[in-house]
Amino acid sequence: MTLKNWRELRPGGVIAEPGNSTAVETGSWGVTQPLVDFGVCVHCMICWIYCPDSCFLVREGRLVGVDYDHCKGCGICAVECPKKCIVMREGARDLVLGS
Amino acid sequence: MVATSALKLAEIRWHGRGGQGVVTASNLLAQAALEDGAYFQSFPEFGAERSGAPIIAYTRISHEVIHIRSQVLEPTIVVILDATLIGRVDLLAGLQEGGAIIVNTPLSPEEMRDRLDARAFVLCTVDSTGIAQKLLGRNIPNVPMLGGLLKARPLVPQEAVLSTIQHRLSARLRGEVVRANVEAFRRAYAEARVGLLEGNICEAET
Amino acid sequence: MALVTRHSRLVKEVRGTPVALDGATLVAYAMRQVRPDVVAAYPITPQTVITEAFSEFVANGEVETEFIQTESEHAALSACIGASAAGGRVQTATSGPGLALMWEVMYVASGNRLPIVMHLCARALSAPLNILCDHSDVMGIRDAGWVILLAETAQEAYDNAIQAVRIAEHPEVMLPVASVMDGFITTHGVERSEVLPDEAVAEFVGTYRAPYSILDVAHPVTVGPLDFHDFYFEHKRQQIEAMERAREVVCQVAEEYGTLTGRCYGAVEPYRMEDAEVATLVIGSVAGTLRTVVDDLRRQGIRAGMVKLRCFRPFPGRELAALLGGVGVVGILDRSISPGGAGHPLFTEVSSALCQRGCAPRMRSFVYGLGGRTPAPAQFRQAYGDLLADRQLGAEASAPVYLGLRE
Repeated sequence: MTLKNWRELRPGGVIAEPGNSTAVETGSWGVTQPLVDFGVCVHCMICWIYCPDSCFLVREGRLVGVDYDHCKGCGICAVECPKKCIVMREGARDLVLGS
Repeated sequence: MVATSALKLAEIRWHGRGGQGVVTASNLLAQAALEDGAYFQSFPEFGAERSGAPIIAYTRISHEVIHIRSQVLEPTIVVILDATLIGRVDLLAGLQEGGAIIVNTPLSPEEMRDRLDARAFVLCTVDSTGIAQKLLGRNIPNVPMLGGLLKARPLVPQEAVLSTIQHRLSARLRGEVVRANVEAFRRAYAEARVGLLEGNICEAET
Repeated sequence: MALVTRHSRLVKEVRGTPVALDGATLVAYAMRQVRPDVVAAYPITPQTVITEAFSEFVANGEVETEFIQTESEHAALSACIGASAAGGRVQTATSGPGLALMWEVMYVASGNRLPIVMHLCARALSAPLNILCDHSDVMGIRDAGWVILLAETAQEAYDNAIQAVRIAEHPEVMLPVASVMDGFITTHGVERSEVLPDEAVAEFVGTYRAPYSILDVAHPVTVGPLDFHDFYFEHKRQQIEAMERAREVVCQVAEEYGTLTGRCYGAVEPYRMEDAEVATLVIGSVAGTLRTVVDDLRRQGIRAGMVKLRCFRPFPGRELAALLGGVGVVGILDRSISPGGAGHPLFTEVSSALCQRGCAPRMRSFVYGLGGRTPAPAQFRQAYGDLLADRQLGAEASAPVYLGLRE
């Protein structure tokens, strides 16, 4: 990626494009990623609340997957899950999305 | 060395004690100079202000723009609001030859001339404390001293000082106190005695 | 040359009202006329008069500013930063140690490109404890990315206070401005000045339209994000560029102000420099005293001159080179020190600017007035005498002279 030069950048480093953090993929930061056992999951959304990077994907009130492009692998979801249906696993991303 | 540029200037050094209104007197004179259309500066000797301690303030008045920004080192006029400073502070330091001294004292100019050892200067005495005690009930000699100063050196018109006293003091003081100050100025001007260099005494004009 | 020339009057000159006010009250008066949205400050001698007078204007309903008295100067400037990022016109005022406490946040204000105006009443730094004037505090912020203007008189402090707003908020600049006046000498001295009508000031400064506001939820922005090795350098380069553009803006604004008021300012102000063979360079209130000294020397047949620097940042090196390059010998008068430095602060700046342009005259460093020491005319007459004697010395370097110091 070519970074903007000093003439192109917005003065003072102000970020005026809200939500542009999605442009930076942080999925490579973690060693392990969450693997959800949807057979046990009761869609209580505790993981969704705790995730600091908003990586739990929800559709119509139900957990449907994990945003592995931005998950940094902190593991708080696995710790907080009341059903213990999330485990942190090396290669979880490849397992879910295919390599 | 007296700078030639200073000759057009009146440069006043005020000596008094904290609480006697030294800085106010200097500021009142500056305001009067403004009403007269002159240029002026008025500023205290900067430091910690303490009630009763010797205080110095400075005024410059000129009909030209004043550029100099240092303390007045070679005054043309020295005003002494408190005669107890005599012998304790170098009151006449740098006073230009032919300069004027105005002292708050019931003594005559000749008596004061000996005490100050001031041969080469015009000397004016005025009992500002007596006038202030009588009219204001307190020893605030600053406004009467303006009367003495103007008697010795008519730097600004009396009317300008009187309107300044009324205008500036009205903002803070009750009407009767302002009127008493106006009267104190008038009486001081009338009673001030100016001893000229030769030792002549001009008694109060009516 | 950035020297102001009088152009044809585009705007009708406004008649000012003469007043007898101290410089600090006069600056507070200008603040009221400029109508900031927010003023955050902490009182400190000798700035206190500004804070008190301005808060009185607020209490009397004479200005609709949100006035915040903070718990420290660090907090005061921090509050200014928040308010400025919210899109407000924001001001503060401080002195000496208060400025030192703001130091960290000075860089936050400039780095975030927030057009805050600070009224700085120059004061010495402790220890030993001192409340009086010198420029130690000013020189401490020389690299903080603020435009720095220095006033000679109360009138100039008032005029700079108004112009500072236009310079800071200029879209090509967007930098904070420190408007400096000498503590006590200018802040507490009552002199004759003229104030403009409120409407004239309001029209001159106009309305500030911020490029963004952190309170605008419809257009959310992030101010002050983490900026590492990949972007920090570029943002600093932008600041350098903005300061370069401020050169022109400082003079444009001064010219426009001169057209309005008849009082013309530039980045530098020469006094009797036309044929000067010996000159001094000064900042602040002492310039007035130097004018009288130059007049005295001229009367004695000495071709003396003086240059006053009104704008210290951006530093007008080109203008100084043009004014001083041809003068036989120049004295640079510092009211602050840089122990162990290549020279004292102003001396180093000026000698560097002139040497870079290959037009360095013989220069000598003088230090005066530290901690409020009286800058007496006799000291400066002596300085001109030293300079004239220096001219005979040839290339030999001379040590700084400490004027008025008990040796």
